Amino acid sequence: MTQTAPNYDELLTPSGVPRHSALSECLAALSADVLAERQKLAEEELLEKGITFAVYGHDAGTEKIWPFDVVPRPIPAHEWQQIEAGLKQRIRALNLFLDDVYNEGRILRDAVIPEALIRTAKTYRPECRGFRPPGGVWTHVTGTDLVRHHDGTLYVLEDNLRCPSGVSYVLENREIMKRVLPEVFEGSVIAPIDDYPERLLEKLLSTAPADAEHPTAVVLTPGIYNSAYFEHSFLAQQMGIELVTGPDLFVDRDDTVWMKTTRGPRKVDVIYRRIDDDFLDPEVFRPDSMLGVPGLMRAFRAGRVTLANAPGTGVADDKAVYQYVPDIIRYYLSEEPILSNVPTYLCSDPQQCAYVLENLASLVVKPTNESGGYGILMGPVASQDERERCAESIRRDPRNYIAQPMLTLSTVPTVINGRLAPRHVDLRPFILFGEQTFVLPGGLTRVALREGSMIVNSSQGGGSKDTWVLQQN
Amino acid sequence: MLCRVADSLFWMSRYLERAENQARFIDVTSSIALGYRGSEQALWSSLLHAGGDAEAFLQRYAAPTRENIINYLLFDRRNLNSVVSCLTAARENARSVRETLTAPLWEAVNRFYLRVRTDAAQQPRILKQPHQFLERIKRSAHQVLGVREATWSHEDAWHFSSLGYQLERADKTSRILDVRYFLLLPMLHTGSEQLDVVQWAALLESTGALQMYRRTWGPIQPARVVDFLVLSPTFPRSLRFCIDAAEATLRAISGNTTADPRNEAEVLVSETSRRLASLRAEDIMATGLHPFIDQFQTTLNGIGAAVSGTYFQIPTPA
Repeated sequence: MTQTAPNYDELLTPSGVPRHSALSECLAALSADVLAERQKLAEEELLEKGITFAVYGHDAGTEKIWPFDVVPRPIPAHEWQQIEAGLKQRIRALNLFLDDVYNEGRILRDAVIPEALIRTAKTYRPECRGFRPPGGVWTHVTGTDLVRHHDGTLYVLEDNLRCPSGVSYVLENREIMKRVLPEVFEGSVIAPIDDYPERLLEKLLSTAPADAEHPTAVVLTPGIYNSAYFEHSFLAQQMGIELVTGPDLFVDRDDTVWMKTTRGPRKVDVIYRRIDDDFLDPEVFRPDSMLGVPGLMRAFRAGRVTLANAPGTGVADDKAVYQYVPDIIRYYLSEEPILSNVPTYLCSDPQQCAYVLENLASLVVKPTNESGGYGILMGPVASQDERERCAESIRRDPRNYIAQPMLTLSTVPTVINGRLAPRHVDLRPFILFGEQTFVLPGGLTRVALREGSMIVNSSQGGGSKDTWVLQQN
Repeated sequence: MLCRVADSLFWMSRYLERAENQARFIDVTSSIALGYRGSEQALWSSLLHAGGDAEAFLQRYAAPTRENIINYLLFDRRNLNSVVSCLTAARENARSVRETLTAPLWEAVNRFYLRVRTDAAQQPRILKQPHQFLERIKRSAHQVLGVREATWSHEDAWHFSSLGYQLERADKTSRILDVRYFLLLPMLHTGSEQLDVVQWAALLESTGALQMYRRTWGPIQPARVVDFLVLSPTFPRSLRFCIDAAEATLRAISGNTTADPRNEAEVLVSETSRRLASLRAEDIMATGLHPFIDQFQTTLNGIGAAVSGTYFQIPTPA
């Protein structure tokens, strides 16, 4: 695909001047052969360490090596400060919003957001009505997707308030990087990220039910065939807590959650669950779920166990609700949003829908309740046939679609066949929300390895890079 | 420790130990088959009997030739006890409890698996000359044992893994002794013939015991070989050693410091341990080694079932 506007490159200005001279000099000093060799070393290391992800649609258990590129993506300190402040502001507002929509519903009564939009969101959980999680924390962990357009502005693309994944790769990418390309660290001071597991554990324990004296936290995984199993296992290991599957847990008549151990049942107080709401509790949600724990919602509502993130948070990252996030920030915090939203057209609004249908060729259409890049139509590169089918889907269920202008993602040089070539990237920082909100410096940089492609999802041929928040010397 | 995790650690260890034994059995058999004066086919077939796989093998292969048997025992994925199957299962178990293993231990198991998977691509060459491949398997298995010893706290996870190793070893030593003794028995009774030292030495070597036997007993005598593999209190693959170790492990798991066993598994191991301590090799041979081992196998199965019932299979309370 051809670009009309020039790319924004994270390493070089349009006139070719390095934005970060130390890093660019180090990279320039490395020959193509050395880069290719280091790239190979990194891949061998990933294989031996078993850092993999599973791809659905292949044989069960098909693992792929996590695709990693050795050229890091830098973020200057002053820019990071803005991002960090913007993320904290956004997550705080979204947690207040969640507390409000499941309780008083002030924002709906004040008609800042149409009530119908919330009621029709598939991710709205009536089961959470009247519930307040400990400390008002609904989203313990968020992984917000940011992209930089060719105008140089960073936009929030998605909020990912349910079970965002990728943080384990952030930590492992840095480890691999230090081992295979130590020389590029010279001359740069980089914000450390190693304390994430410690912070996460603190966050989980601090939101335990008030009566738990020495709370026990666990990570709940769907199991080894889940695409993010490596991460579940990694985080449990790093935090030194048990990794459990649904059948390892049970809920007794007093709504207490227990895990089955070789020394008998042991009480569980906090569950960092990496299972979607739908599969969490067959008594309440999908009755065919083999992954969940019968009675878990009972225990949750009785305040006997903390679920991180809380069920029902999906309503705040519904792609139609997304359009209202700037208003949500203004409503609860009386502040102007620090981070920009991508202009969004709601197909549920007849006027906006008409605009979308007329301009499909220049827009990106997304289902409101999907993640992982599935179901997206990229108007400018789609075929006539694909556009027509998309238009049909929109007419059938307008509430389920939104559209946004096509952004040109910024690029970072990437090792392709032993040489450096620009490839498009996004950024997913991770935020631990609570009384003390923590933003992991940097985050996961995903890169679309195909030339010109903007699809960064690892399930669809994306890779990843180490992300450096550069500190002042 | 989660019941599911304990179960997986136990089986991860059993599969790793099984793969190593399989490799050692094949290696020793390859070596003695050269210039063997009995039926080479009977020799190779004995490996199928040792694994309890003879019937399944004959359903899938035309003839019990050397290459077919080695292929079946090393690479055949339909054979759940083949080295490739064992390592796949060991690694799968390890992956499902990765957070309880130390990072170096997980990586050692993963490397072991990857290495065998890569080597398996050269199947035809390995079938002709398996020695280097088998040597690498043994070395990788020992590496896992070493990393396990050097990096893992001796807590429940380690104990359940140890128990897997101990029971698997007891099983494999008893089986190889059973089938090889059966081949050597006729020669023992003809009396006229000279003792086939090479074959008896090979039996010891199948369990890696030859050098240690020599240091203990010197010249090879059948009763002493039986004594060493069944009753040695110090050789780590003898039946008695494995059972005593399993008893200590089970007591460490339950925290039992009293003289009395605390659960069914402890009852069974303590009875077996006492019995082995009171036996002499001559008694075993007089009443027949085969019935003795048969009974031992039944006991092992009972211990396995008791461990599972006590620690792994906990029903969800209603």
